[in-house]
Amino acid sequence: MTYLAKPRLLRPDTPRNTLGYTRRDYEGAISTLCAGCGHDSISAAVVQACYDLDIEPHRVAKLSGIGCSSKTPDYFLGNSHGFNTTHGRMPSVLTGAALANRDLIYLGVSGDGDSASIGIGQFAHAMRRGVNMTYLVENNGVYGLTKGQFSATADKGSKSKRGVVNNETPIDLVALALQLGASYVARSFSGDKEQLIPLIKGALRHLGPSFIDVISPCVTFNNHAGSTKSYDYVREHNDAVNRLDFILPRDRINASYPPGSLRRIVQHDGSILHLRKLDSDYDPSDRIGAMNHLQERHALGEIVTGLLYVDSSAEDLHRHLNTVEKPLNQLGDAYLCPGSKVLEALNASLRRS
Amino acid sequence: MSAIKTIRASNDFVIKFANVNGSGSASANELFARAIMNMGVPVAPRNIFPSNIQGMPTWYEMRVSAAGWLGRRGGCDLMVAMNPQTWDRDIAELSSGGYLVYDSTKTLPRSRFREDITVLGVPLTEICNREYTDPRQRQLFKNIMYVGALTALLDMDLTVVDKLIADQYRGKDKLIDANVNALKLGYEYAKASHSCPIGLRIERCDGVGDRIFINGNDACGLGAVYGGATVAAWYPITPSTSVIEAFSGYCRKFRTDPDNGKARYAVVQAEDELASIGMVIGAAWNGARAFTATSGPGISLMQEFFGLAYFAEVPVVVFNVQRGGPSTGMPTRTQQSDLIACAYASHGDTRHVLLFPQDPYECFTFGAQAFDLADRLQTPVFVLLDLDIGMNDRLCQPFDWDDQRRYDRGKVMSAEELEAGKNFGRYLDVDGDGIAWRTIPGTHPSKGAFFSRGTTRNAYAKYSEAGTDYIYNMERLRRKFETAKKLLPAPVLQRAAQPARYGAIYYGSTSPAMAEASVLLALQGFHVDTLRVRSFPFADEVIDFIYAHDGVFVVEQNESGQLRMLLINEGEVDPKRLLRVLHYDGTPITASFISGKIAEALALRKVKVASLTTPTRKKVAS
Repeated sequence: MTYLAKPRLLRPDTPRNTLGYTRRDYEGAISTLCAGCGHDSISAAVVQACYDLDIEPHRVAKLSGIGCSSKTPDYFLGNSHGFNTTHGRMPSVLTGAALANRDLIYLGVSGDGDSASIGIGQFAHAMRRGVNMTYLVENNGVYGLTKGQFSATADKGSKSKRGVVNNETPIDLVALALQLGASYVARSFSGDKEQLIPLIKGALRHLGPSFIDVISPCVTFNNHAGSTKSYDYVREHNDAVNRLDFILPRDRINASYPPGSLRRIVQHDGSILHLRKLDSDYDPSDRIGAMNHLQERHALGEIVTGLLYVDSSAEDLHRHLNTVEKPLNQLGDAYLCPGSKVLEALNASLRRS
Repeated sequence: MSAIKTIRASNDFVIKFANVNGSGSASANELFARAIMNMGVPVAPRNIFPSNIQGMPTWYEMRVSAAGWLGRRGGCDLMVAMNPQTWDRDIAELSSGGYLVYDSTKTLPRSRFREDITVLGVPLTEICNREYTDPRQRQLFKNIMYVGALTALLDMDLTVVDKLIADQYRGKDKLIDANVNALKLGYEYAKASHSCPIGLRIERCDGVGDRIFINGNDACGLGAVYGGATVAAWYPITPSTSVIEAFSGYCRKFRTDPDNGKARYAVVQAEDELASIGMVIGAAWNGARAFTATSGPGISLMQEFFGLAYFAEVPVVVFNVQRGGPSTGMPTRTQQSDLIACAYASHGDTRHVLLFPQDPYECFTFGAQAFDLADRLQTPVFVLLDLDIGMNDRLCQPFDWDDQRRYDRGKVMSAEELEAGKNFGRYLDVDGDGIAWRTIPGTHPSKGAFFSRGTTRNAYAKYSEAGTDYIYNMERLRRKFETAKKLLPAPVLQRAAQPARYGAIYYGSTSPAMAEASVLLALQGFHVDTLRVRSFPFADEVIDFIYAHDGVFVVEQNESGQLRMLLINEGEVDPKRLLRVLHYDGTPITASFISGKIAEALALRKVKVASLTTPTRKKVAS
């Protein structure tokens, strides 16, 4: 971490997005995480994604649970409202927020302990409920704030810094998300911003529950030999299914990619995902195929990254509840209160006849 | 048998139905209660049901009271014994001189009855087997048939029941005819075989007035609609489930957009109570009025989140329909035993606003007001009712609403105010009342955003572990709690007819029993001032009331005297001043219980009885 605040002065030639915002407008408070923490790279990727997508910062609501990862929403999008909730319970708070105002973009940030251990129930139900959100898990397989205990995503046989071997079966949140009905499922690596930024962009524009598991090595407690979530281990075992290019409708540039190796996916809002295939037979629209692929590669000791599954015609919770287009938190008294006449009629129906 | 001294009463007795749950008796019993009400006679029904779907004993108790007493009376003057499993205890419960209606298809030995009761057999099974072929009908129509028999035995107007059946099955003519037919079969059998009326009679009167008949849970759901709630998240739990069902039902009726059929509300059944309160907090943080309804075990599960809502200052509303605790306790019985769990819910130094409605009218009124209070105070507000109010239909004053009333959204800073440069500190006490301004997410592109958290922070919502920041915040929360006292429903004082040295404090569902107990006590020469507490934190008047009396009875329905504890703690009252009157067997408290306990205590204390000349006076005063 650093104690030095960046100067607020901008050079006249500082790049701005089409809304006129600079990258700085998407940054937050200075991170208090350890120097080299993968989580800070993820924060930077979120900043870049929002800048690139021309999202007005205040249109994002960022929510988190408890843990190192859950501290990060303070470190990006300083002009967005944020809510650091309770341990493992971010999904329910986010769900409620999304019910109140369907117009904002909801970004849930969680960790492996927060989502796979204490919060696995809420994680699962938010996925199956179809909440329109981007759910990022900053996954390091370890409890940082309490100094290095295993979380539920720690691989069987992996070693803690103190030499303790984990004998419990790991939970793969990506596999769960696929099974539970998330309509955009990806895995990435905090050290691979080329892959991560387009994945976040795609998720932010996706309607429905988007889940990205970002392997994010803990430099302090889980970056040693024997760990399966260290920088070295992940780089050596990473098997990317595809490279994602996220393209806003206005862009119309794709000439740099050889035709034939591209898969074009149009999302509900007209934005386009271009998947540059590395694995020629990988089909991201096939949920069962994605589940199989994940398991096959896992058996070979590989960590599959990339966009594993996307359903571009997905629906969200508001659609299921058939709520009005106008956000519920903006409905005036006249739309909510039936008034005295209705009450009089109701009283009449409850009296003796 | 000839020496029976039968009970003779008009419009003043207790009828009890002993049934097997799942047998379709509930709707017939309810119909009968409505028939009595439609004859203008006040009636207070209570469903005493098991935590079970089918096959367990269930009772429906109906107090008929021309005087208008709606509290449980206790005892039973007429038993409709339809459950062989509970036959012995049902027969035993009947008052001497009472009446027993039973299915006389199968002959029972004389030893199964009592000598001091009037036995009125109706061969329900036999008539049903003769009249119907469908096994389901044979079972179901027994219920409406005994209603018919009762109509004759109590000298009631058969057309009143006919009309109710017609209203209930409007549009399903076949069902109307079938039910009316069964009703008549019972009626005619009773007329032909028994001397009607028996000593108990229902006579038309005008004791109901313009009052309405509804249960508290429905009234809470309606209150939430009128209070502007748009998000409800919940997990099913007895006895609160019907709050949400009512809210959903009224919303479908009154909150569906007439143009496109879309919902101006969202109801989500969560995976557990943690998620339901989490959703409510998220929605309220984001500017929607949101609530959940639950009961004791749900309150326990929500504790951590209550602390978050308290400390992050999120305006949520919680309806707690209390049942018997601790643990799973008595899920289908009533108690007032969650006061402490709610008043100081969550770890650390927390305190919460509680409202205590006494009946469905106040469930509606407080239910709506809770949302204004939560927004104004930016804190959780608990509406504490209980199973007795929540799940039983009760006569109460009609609901009212002032169309000029606007929702009080509290201190919410607008984009215009932010743009104009108004100083925004999320936890800054600019007005001195302990309530800071908040902004709703999405308000302004560059001003007013803040990071909510359960951790300590400074007045500008920045993370801070500095002791001074922490103390500033805690002192502000304390000031806010003081502000709350002035906004909450005030206590209701009822002075005794004569100057009284003793008082009684009570709340919620104890209300009708307490009112009746005061009269019973006065008849014995004991005069007691009463104060009905309607909210927590307590208004100063509550503590003043205690000091204005030599002693105050705290009447409540729990084992540990939870209101008493709160009074001692918050009012710094000498515990000796507060005398316990505690009822906690899971049944609703009765006037005779309260008056008995108070009279006994006053007699022990040799309290001089005032001038009334009653036989008890002499006994007590000597």
